[in-house]
Amino acid sequence: MSLLAIEGLTVALPKGADRPHALESVSFSLKAGEILCVVGESGSGKSLTAGAVMGLLPDGVVATAGAIRYLGRDLLPLPAAEMRRLRGRDIGMVFQEPMTALNPLRSIGSQIAEMFRTHTRLSGREIDARVLALLEQVRIPDPAAAARAYPHELSGGQRQRAMIAMALALEPKLLICDEPTTALDVTTQAQILALIRDLQRRTGTAVLFITHDFGVVADIADRVAVMRRGILVEQGPAAEVLNNPQHPYTRALVAAVPPLTPPGRPSVTGAPFLEIDRVSKTYRKGGLLRRSRRVTHAVKEVSLSLPRGGTLGIVGESGSGKSTLARCILRLLDPETGEIRLDGQDRLALSKEALRREARRVQMVFQDPFASLNPRRRVGELVAQGPIIHGTPRAEAMERARELFSLVGLDPAALDRFPHEFSGGQRQRIGLARALALRPDVLVADEPVSALDVSVQAQVLKLLVQLREQLGLSMVFITHDLRVAAQLCDQLAVMRQGEVVEHGPAAAIFADPQHEYTRALMAAVPGKGWTPPVAFGSEEAA
Amino acid sequence: MGFLKRYARNPAAVIGLLLVLAVIAMAVSASWIFPRDPLSLAGRPLQWPLDNPRFWLGTDNTGRDIAAQIFHGARTSLLIGLVATVVAIGIGIVIGAVAGYYGGWVDDLLMRITEAFQTLPNFLLLLVLVAVFGSNITFVTVAIGIVSWPPSARLTRAEFLTLRNREFVQACRVLGMRDRQIIFREILPNALPPIIVYASVIMAVAILLESALAFLNLSDPNIPSWGNLIGAGKGVLRVHWYVSAIPGLVILLTVLGVSLVGQGLNDALNPRLKGR
Repeated sequence: MSLLAIEGLTVALPKGADRPHALESVSFSLKAGEILCVVGESGSGKSLTAGAVMGLLPDGVVATAGAIRYLGRDLLPLPAAEMRRLRGRDIGMVFQEPMTALNPLRSIGSQIAEMFRTHTRLSGREIDARVLALLEQVRIPDPAAAARAYPHELSGGQRQRAMIAMALALEPKLLICDEPTTALDVTTQAQILALIRDLQRRTGTAVLFITHDFGVVADIADRVAVMRRGILVEQGPAAEVLNNPQHPYTRALVAAVPPLTPPGRPSVTGAPFLEIDRVSKTYRKGGLLRRSRRVTHAVKEVSLSLPRGGTLGIVGESGSGKSTLARCILRLLDPETGEIRLDGQDRLALSKEALRREARRVQMVFQDPFASLNPRRRVGELVAQGPIIHGTPRAEAMERARELFSLVGLDPAALDRFPHEFSGGQRQRIGLARALALRPDVLVADEPVSALDVSVQAQVLKLLVQLREQLGLSMVFITHDLRVAAQLCDQLAVMRQGEVVEHGPAAAIFADPQHEYTRALMAAVPGKGWTPPVAFGSEEAA
Repeated sequence: MGFLKRYARNPAAVIGLLLVLAVIAMAVSASWIFPRDPLSLAGRPLQWPLDNPRFWLGTDNTGRDIAAQIFHGARTSLLIGLVATVVAIGIGIVIGAVAGYYGGWVDDLLMRITEAFQTLPNFLLLLVLVAVFGSNITFVTVAIGIVSWPPSARLTRAEFLTLRNREFVQACRVLGMRDRQIIFREILPNALPPIIVYASVIMAVAILLESALAFLNLSDPNIPSWGNLIGAGKGVLRVHWYVSAIPGLVILLTVLGVSLVGQGLNDALNPRLKGR
């Protein structure tokens, strides 16, 4: 008998939602000691599936048909008290964001101990011993100190380890992981995935693993279920689904995963057009007392250069200073020392007024498609704004906005809509159109695809490549994702803690990384041992 | 319009709106229904309401028609409420926006000034201002605005602090937009909803402050106002309590109406917060 069997589960959404059912007759099962990955893009219903199993559906969302059988018993009709007894003891859960899943006011140890206090009658001393053993098991450095620490005192990876320790405290038969590594850096992600895999083998727990990332699937899954808009479109053994996907949607998703090898574009050479010369930026945390003052070297003595028409990729994990460097190039931040020369002219020496006039030469595409567009302005206006500021008559600027809309693949008729009427990928195209409206020489893109679904990400990457050729743009491309960098960049710089540890032609670095950190990054890329069987971008979801 | 529909779905907000509309109707119709000077002698003093069909709310201790004073007083209260609110919100928005957007020493300076105003009890400050500059109605109104701005400045600043680091603001800077335009045309519209809601609180407090001044005989005595009427009635409170109670009730209903409208606006502007 399977441990968990979901049979024809249908979950209704409240009236007025974009579709009547969040899940439509979803059926799958999970055996003991198995890892099942549920993959899907946003809105596919994958997280809701996990919520339904835990009995934690949002208000107004109810299961209307089907059954969730745990060891043969249907969980759906269970009263709340029964469900509470199951949660934590029989079914553990790890959430996406460990910072918000942990109570910031209580120490890690006491939060883990709570599991024992709620479900067992162990003595205080015994609980303490168990907590330490658990923290040791998830390989947190210095478990005794970690037990006393508060969530904010640990790093993201350590917090997630603590969450896993908590979920595993009572040796549940089923562990549900809802995107447990999405908020983490790649190297940490690799460690956490290895940990989950290892613990699962040792304890024989079944794992229901929710993710959007096919690389992660390739690393961890025994079986895969692919979901799309509440419908399970394909399921099967991991090797089968990954290497021989049948359903067109699965094929499109697999085709949207960028391969880890550069496409072999001839490297752009020439005189440096944009030069970053020994730039440093430090953040100071104030405070009257000397003790509370803190100085962070966000960017340390960074020197890089970019020929006209080239694309420089800056990769690194969070806190590496890559975004700070991008903002220095734009002069959204002022570095303390160094020069940033564009075509020989030092941008850091420009006065505020001169910078305003020079603004059009360097433009930026932002990460968050929701925060980067003013929600109260029509999108046409957002795109036309730049030229209008620099003296273009309104009618002409709107005409240009219309052209740009068709250039980035949007319907020009949508000019007078508001940003919230567009999807994430479309908004990113609007952001791109806004940046291009000033006909910039250099486009700085700060993680422009990291907030997008894989299939949309592939489309936007394609568009960027196409625009670069068409408009002869030079590009600085900031990303944490080596797969994305491989597709787009011909120069690569790897940053760690504010310093560039390695830079050079992308093809050379991907083929033979020199620095140990670069090697660690490459080794941590999820699914590196798996080559997508469908060529990148060759198939798109209908 | 989604906004009007959302507002109309809230019964408390609709009642509030009706109360406010009733007060506006009183203010507008005052000259037609009571064409005589409401402060002139109308009849025998201290007639109880409904005793004399000519004075259905009775007369006060100097023989003036209470109903006429209530209707004409509605004008005063509304005008004071509106003008004082505009003054307070205007000062608050400019100071809060500049402090929140620039941060650093500008923020420190402006916030210390705001705190200086805030640490003084605002009614005391109002008394001082009225004592120094006199109790002419224009000045009383402006003075009420001047003592009421600090909370709106803090609110605006808080909104700006969260909005100024949004990527859309950075995008405007990248485009080369001027600070003034970024502050007032890009950020402010996004910061406005909570400030508009807070305006209803300021308006209610402004009406109360004027009444309190009038009760102490410190408001303009030549203007019919609800506070003046309460002040007049305090001498005969034990026997002829209606002289103070009627304007008191009207003030209560007006302030209630304004706050309900504010609450309704809040719910309609932030539909997601409702039901929490």
